This record gives sequence, C-alpha cells and structure tokens, in this order.
Amino acid sequence: MSELGQTRRDWLLSERPASRTQARLGRVYVAWRRFTANRLAFLGLLIIIALLVVAALAPMLAPFSPVVGDLKTSRLLPPGAEHWLGTDDLGRDILSRLIYGSRWTLYVVVLVAIIAAPIGLLVGTVAGYAGGWTDAVLMRLTDIFLAFPKLILALAFVAALGPGIENAVLAIAITSWPPYARIARAETLTIRNSDYIKAVQLMGASPIRIVLRHIMQLCISSLIIRVTLDMAGIILTAAGLGFLGLGAQPPLPEWGAMIASGRRFILDQWWVAGAPGGAILIVSLGFNLLGDGLRDALDPRSGEK
Amino acid sequence: MSAIETEAARGGAHAVAIASSIGRFLVIAITTYLGLLAVTFFIGRVIPIDPVLAVLGDRAPAAVVERTRREMGLDLPLVQQFYIYLKDALSGNFGNSVLTTNPVMTDIRRAFPATIELATLGTLIGSVLGVPLGVLAAVRRGSLIDQIVRIIGLVGYSVPIFWLGLLALVLFYAKLQWVAFPGRLDVVFAYTFAPITGFYLLDSALQGQWDVFRDAFRHIILPASLLGYFSLAYISRMTRSFMLNELAQEYIVAARAKGLSETRVIWGHALRNAAVPMVTVIALSYAGLLEGSVLTETVFSWPGIGLYITNSLQNADMNAVLGGTIIIGSVFIGINLLSDLLYRLLDPRTKAE
Repeated sequence: MSELGQTRRDWLLSERPASRTQARLGRVYVAWRRFTANRLAFLGLLIIIALLVVAALAPMLAPFSPVVGDLKTSRLLPPGAEHWLGTDDLGRDILSRLIYGSRWTLYVVVLVAIIAAPIGLLVGTVAGYAGGWTDAVLMRLTDIFLAFPKLILALAFVAALGPGIENAVLAIAITSWPPYARIARAETLTIRNSDYIKAVQLMGASPIRIVLRHIMQLCISSLIIRVTLDMAGIILTAAGLGFLGLGAQPPLPEWGAMIASGRRFILDQWWVAGAPGGAILIVSLGFNLLGDGLRDALDPRSGEK
Repeated sequence: MSAIETEAARGGAHAVAIASSIGRFLVIAITTYLGLLAVTFFIGRVIPIDPVLAVLGDRAPAAVVERTRREMGLDLPLVQQFYIYLKDALSGNFGNSVLTTNPVMTDIRRAFPATIELATLGTLIGSVLGVPLGVLAAVRRGSLIDQIVRIIGLVGYSVPIFWLGLLALVLFYAKLQWVAFPGRLDVVFAYTFAPITGFYLLDSALQGQWDVFRDAFRHIILPASLLGYFSLAYISRMTRSFMLNELAQEYIVAARAKGLSETRVIWGHALRNAAVPMVTVIALSYAGLLEGSVLTETVFSWPGIGLYITNSLQNADMNAVLGGTIIIGSVFIGINLLSDLLYRLLDPRTKAE
C-alpha cells in the first residue's frame, strides 16, 4: 500500500479525530469496510445500482417501444436474436417492457417509503417522547394496524378507491407504517433520558423542536435499514395487486400486471409471464441482500446472529 | 411468615398475574377487533363518494335513489351508521353478494374450509421440514446445509408467490402431469361425494372413499407445497436464530460437561427451550398463509375465501369483499392474540415478572 493510502487510512481510523468531519468520515469508512467485506450485500448493492441505471436510461437502453408492438409479424415470439426475451400477445418486446417497468417498480417503492416512513417516524417519536396517554393511544393504534393482514387490507382499500397504481401505493403505505412507528418509539425511549436531551431541555427548547431536531435524526439510521428490508415486501405486494388487476392498468409495463397478462399463455409461451417474474425476483433479492448487509454493517450487535 | 404462607402468597400473586394478563388480553382483543370493524366501515361507507351509486348505477331515478339511501341507512348520522354496522357484523350479517345473490356469510361458510385445509397442510409441510432444517443449520453453522437454509430463506422472501405457482403449474401439471388442476376435485366426483366437514381429505378418509382421497390429494398437494415453501423459509430461518441463541447459553455447556450425547443436548435441551418462541412463529406463519392464500387460490382456482374475495373484487361486489376481509382479518387477529397468550402461558419466565 502506498504511503499516502496508509496515512489516509490512519487519518480515517484515528482514535482522536481532530474535527467532526474526520469522525464522521471515519465512521462511514468503518461501516463501508464492514459492508464490502460481505460479498452478498455488495451483490445486492450492485443489483440496486443496476436497477437505478436501467430506470434512468430506459429510453436509451430499450431496443423497442414498451407500448406499441407489431401485431402482424411478431406476436408471442420465443426469445431469440432480435427479441432477447421474446414478445407478448400484442407483439411488444418483453425486454423493453421490463426496462421501462423498472421505472414503475422504483416509483412504487420510493413513494411508499416517502409516505410510510415519515408517518411511522412521527407517530413513534411523539409517542416515545410524550409518554403517558399519548403513548398508550398511539401505540394501541399502531398495534391495531399491525394486527391486520396487510395484503387483504390493501386489497380492500384499492377496491374502495378504485384500481390504479397511485391507489395501490396509497393502500400499501397505509398498511406499512406501523413497524416504523414501533422502531422509532423504541429508539426514542433509549434517547429520551440522555444528557444531551436534558441539556436542550434546559436551554428551553420546546418539545416539538426536541422531537423534530434532536430525536428524529437519531432514529433515522435504524429506520433506513428497516425500510430497505421492507422494500422487497413492498415490491411483492405491489406486484400482487398488479397481478390481481388492482394496481397498474394496461398498457403500463408494470411487472405484476405483465405476469397477469402472460398468465393466459403460461402453458405454451411461458416466457411472457416468466420474464417479469424473474425481474421481480432479482430486484427483491437485491433489496433483501442490501438490507441484510446494511443491518450487519450499521448495527454490529445483530451481525453475528 | 411461615414457608407455607409465603408459598400461598406467591401462588395468589401468580393467579392475580394470570388474571390481569388475561384481562389485558381481552382488552387488546376487543380494541383490535373494533379497530378492524372501524377500518372496514371506513373503507365501505366513507371512501366511496356515494355508496348508493355503487349499488344502483348512475341511471336510477331520483325516487329510487332516495328510497335506497334510506333503506341502507345512509340518511342517519355516521355514528349511528357505525353502530348498525357493528351490530350486523357481530351477528355475521354482511348483506348479500351481488355476484352469487346469496348472503355473504353463506358463501364464506362454504369457502372457508377450503382455505383452512390448504393453509393447514401448508403450515404442516413448512414446520415438519423447516424446524429440523433450521436446527441443523444452527448446529452446523457455516456448513453447506446452513448455506442452503439461507438461500431458501432469501428466495422465499424475494419471489412472487403467484409467479412461482404459475411456473410450478407448467412443470408439474403440464409437463410432468404429476398433479391435478384446477379446483379441489375432479368433476367426476362432484356429484358422488358428499362432504361432511368441508375438509375434503378428512371427509373422504372418514367415508373410506380412497379414490376421492387420492384425487383430492393430487389437487391440494401443489398449492399446499407452494404455501409450505413460504412457511418453511420463515420457520427455518427463525428456528436457526432461536437455536443459535440457545446453544450459546451456559446450560448447554453444563449439559455437555455432564457428558450428555450431542443429540440429547441439541434435540432434548436446546430445542425444548427454543420451542416456546417457535409456537409463536408457527402460529404467525399460519396466519400469514391465510393471507397468502389470496394469491395462491387465484392461481390454482382453489375455491376458498381468497378466490371469493378476488372474484368479488373484479365485480365490484363490496359486501362480499368486506365480509371476506373481516373474516380473514378476525382469524388473523385471533391467531396473533392466541399465540401471544400461549407464549405467556408456556414460558415460565413471563410468569415471574
């Protein structure tokens, strides 16, 4: 190792960091080293990066249009040189549809995370910090939602709201915030009585300010891990709703809906339904591996279990 | 105070603790159930802009709309509507299904045994295979079997169940012709076989109709194995982590030091202590399968509640959807709470607190 590399490493791993930035970078470095030592987690990260790249560059990567096919000559073609993953019943290239479908997968996952995580964070931190009656009522509400079967409840919600990808997102978000509230509350309880919170209280900060500025930040890392681990579940639920015809509507190239429309041809043209399912499997696997790796890297306590 | 008195006092305290935990349990059960009903009420009555429109369509004359509104109780205040809804739901009255024209409860009663039979067989497969696999993975940590359990778990958490079901159909039904599809029985038996309980495997065995039993088995085995795989993924992973926890305890060292065989240490001592949380895990996986049955039943045309709900969804039959949701939700909540209660009763450590 070069001398420069050696000193940079020493600087990062220094036991007496000279500045806040150095300490932070050092912590990130240690977590990154632990993370990359786990090859499966790294594979998960690569899969997710690939998903992001594919979604961003979809128009450039896709060889054909995702919604318009050649009905005359290219219906239900098997995988081959021109159409790598074959074509569906409307003559559309399946690979191109998968590539554009990655955008909808990301859309669902990101929106559910943006809606559900802050709700859980707010409910959990407020319950944990306020205690007493507020805590009891909020946690009882959380328990009630936690006791519901998620998919069934999401089904009923979509049934009432009407099918569509936005409503599917809303239904999944409504059913997936309770675990986040639990985690945020547990974290808040451990932080609540620490000295620095006392210090802020003595300085006269209002409870709202303490929760928003001083407690929420510390709950975020464990929340991110949990959200990453939940991503696979969110993708599977969204695909399930799509499969039942309640999520994305045709001609949107959403993977679950693609499986549903390929179902009719499953016995003879298995690739129509086979390919999107494979895509779902790979992406959920990526999120699961990444989530496991993040948990082990950021939380050394659970690493060896 | 004499030793006997102390003992009696402790027993009394114990009884009080049990009574208070049962009381707490009842409060939780009732509020959760009320919560379920409130949410379904909200879904059925508040979200749709006009429930009358949903029933009659938009071409009904104004007089009919007004009458229906009154018949449905929609002119009453929301609180009163909820009270009526509660009373109906608690007496099992979910209205009539638009699709089948039967009362929803009649339909559900017919479909329910099919779902229970499927989920039970699935859980059975999952726990009979999952527990030993999890134990082996924990004992031989880092070995090939540990890796296999890890992969089974990872894939189980990542694969869409309906897709795996479709692929399994292609392989085992279309290509290999090992299993039968669709439904629960071949049409041949539809008129000669009179079920008693609705659990076809049990009924046919009781009546000694072994050809029916064979046929029912050929129908159920694929969807049940599929559900079994998902419960296996969960159960083996949890068993592994519980066993690792137990094997690290000091009593294991003591048992080994006494010279017990490794088999007895693992299966007699460690697994017995891991068994208490395992009960909860298996119960939760059973509840999960009831939920997972919605997608599985759709793929395999299995005439259970899941298929009933999805068919009703496609026909905008809200009564049936909500009725099915409430029934599955109640069973789900019931299993959750029961496993919690069982855990408290089985684990001596929770009594001490």
